[in-house]
Amino acid sequence: MSKWKKLTIGLSVGIMMFTLAGCGGAKQETATKPADKKIVLGFSQIGAESEWRTANTESIKASAQAAGIELKFSDAQQKQENQIKALRSFIQQKVDVIAFSPVVETGWDAVLQEAKAAKIPVILTDRSIKMSSGNAEDYYVTFMGSDFVEEGRRAGKWLVDTMKKDKDPVNIVELQGTVGSAPAIDRKTGFEEILKQNANYKIIKSQTGDFTRAKGKEVMESFLKSAKADGQKIDVLYAHNDDMAIGAIQAIEEAGLKPGKDIIIVSIDAVKGAFEAMIAGKLNATIECSPLLGDQLMAATKDLVAGKKIEKRIVTKEGVFPAEVAAKELPNRKY
Amino acid sequence: MEKIGVTWNRLTSSKLYWPLAALFFVLLFNFFFTKDFFAIEIKDGHFYGVTIDILNRATPLMLLAIGMTLVIATKGIDISVGSMIAISGAVSASLIGGKLEYVDGVKTLVTLVPMPVAIFAALLVTTLLGMWNGLLISRVGIQPIVATLILLVAGRGIAQLITQGQIITVYYKPFQFIGTGYILGLPFSLFIVGLVFGITLYAVRKTALGMFIESIGINPIASKFTGINVSKYIFSVYAFSGLCAGLAGLIICSNVSSADGNNAGLFIELDAILAVSLGGNSLDGGRFSLLGSLIGALVIQSITTTIYALGVPPEITLVVKSVVVIIICLLQSANFRKVVFSKWAQKRGIPDAKNAAKL
Repeated sequence: MSKWKKLTIGLSVGIMMFTLAGCGGAKQETATKPADKKIVLGFSQIGAESEWRTANTESIKASAQAAGIELKFSDAQQKQENQIKALRSFIQQKVDVIAFSPVVETGWDAVLQEAKAAKIPVILTDRSIKMSSGNAEDYYVTFMGSDFVEEGRRAGKWLVDTMKKDKDPVNIVELQGTVGSAPAIDRKTGFEEILKQNANYKIIKSQTGDFTRAKGKEVMESFLKSAKADGQKIDVLYAHNDDMAIGAIQAIEEAGLKPGKDIIIVSIDAVKGAFEAMIAGKLNATIECSPLLGDQLMAATKDLVAGKKIEKRIVTKEGVFPAEVAAKELPNRKY
Repeated sequence: MEKIGVTWNRLTSSKLYWPLAALFFVLLFNFFFTKDFFAIEIKDGHFYGVTIDILNRATPLMLLAIGMTLVIATKGIDISVGSMIAISGAVSASLIGGKLEYVDGVKTLVTLVPMPVAIFAALLVTTLLGMWNGLLISRVGIQPIVATLILLVAGRGIAQLITQGQIITVYYKPFQFIGTGYILGLPFSLFIVGLVFGITLYAVRKTALGMFIESIGINPIASKFTGINVSKYIFSVYAFSGLCAGLAGLIICSNVSSADGNNAGLFIELDAILAVSLGGNSLDGGRFSLLGSLIGALVIQSITTTIYALGVPPEITLVVKSVVVIIICLLQSANFRKVVFSKWAQKRGIPDAKNAAKL
């Protein structure tokens, strides 16, 4: 045996002893056998496009640590190709459970079939998927997260209840999320469902703001000008997330109008920034879409590894926050 | 009659003819199809209207295009500018401080360092990153697209690291002036562009700098033998491009009073390259026109704003944009014009030689 080989073996044994000692000493007799395998969860996050997403990431990371689950985390930077790459690498590494938040609804057929063939259960978090053929539900064990259609409905209901207008026309402009994403499609659907029952409420303009402040502001600037050119008055702004609303508020102020008064604003997510805007009287209401699903995700992961059956749809707990409660609620917000 | 013909020929053979024509057609389209497109009113002591929006929104792109023009003139390319925007925003926003504290219900602004220091630091960081690009390209000899690819990928990671993955909101009012303030009724950011453009134009046209850059773009080896310090100039143009990206980042970050490591300036490097190209500059290096690039940037922003104003459904906005860009690019191509318009030109008796000469 060469000197180098001896040295390497000595070193690796030393490292093993060291790590095992760190686990709590009691496990030292198992040094010859493989140690108890930690559950490995592969999670592919969309990116960090908003405070909401960051809170979501943090919740998952914190809960994984608390639950003693090894988390393989990958950031897709809003690109589906990156997510598919991440999922493929999880399959190659043979993780126990794969969880991901799909950036768009379609295009997952091939990679999910690979996961299925590798017998790795897949959990969808906060966004759902569609398959080009076959039933999407066959490819994931549970869909965990908010009900976006319900959020849209809540925004619509809040608006109709607050405006209290039965006959006067109400002109609404809408800032949509990323084109093709589940929250953008569902929040639009839910909101329009409520508007259908109230014929005087009308969406006069609708454009995507990509869920970002900069785009929300740019599009709102254009809305304000083209509405004016067409001789329409914008009564309400409905934004699919708080960040776009925050951007749009700046555009409204720069146009010399008072956000929250001249234009009623309702958005979704309930991030801290939205509460600050509500306290300043610039935002009227935000519909909660809780990102704190880390604990529920870890519980589901453990159940899956233990071979338990879990529900196909797990909904997170959420509320509606009008501006009146903002000051009281802000200190409790985690995101 | 002949005089008009000569003037017309001189105009059409000008490098700026096609960029200007593209801008003119986009604006003409709006004149007919977008209501109140050119309406300008005065609000809160400044001009307010769609055209002002276009100018204001185009400023980051114009700054990038100025830097990119010089880089491309040396036959290089800088695809890291979008990431540098994110870094510049992250540095300035996190140095100014993102805390809004409520003390007995009163809003208190907390700034960590004075604003000029934060701005200087942001510009210094991006210039240093530009120098890093320049070093890799001019001294190590890595191809420009590969060398700047490193920062394109890593840059957003660095920005996220600085912001700790959060969107940092800047509540400090004076900082918002850079992106939303007005001087003499015009957006302040426009004056930044004017200043940078003026200085750059002076440097490249009133000194030998512009000629050196063009010469390097056409033939770096011959330039070296003529005694031009090739690597020094290549190094400098990338550093300058970094500085321009830093300024653009400050404007973007200040405009929405927040720094978003992930989305600030996403894909804007492609728009910047497109602006340079729409401005009639060859990606092969050599002769360049700064003004052309500025017009190119304006064309891109005009198309975007037009799409919003027309209310094009969000699902197809990118298709519409790309079709318009393709048409403009085709019209600018001398080859394409020759094939399509040669028959028409023959009928009018315009000699084919003129078109051929431009090839």
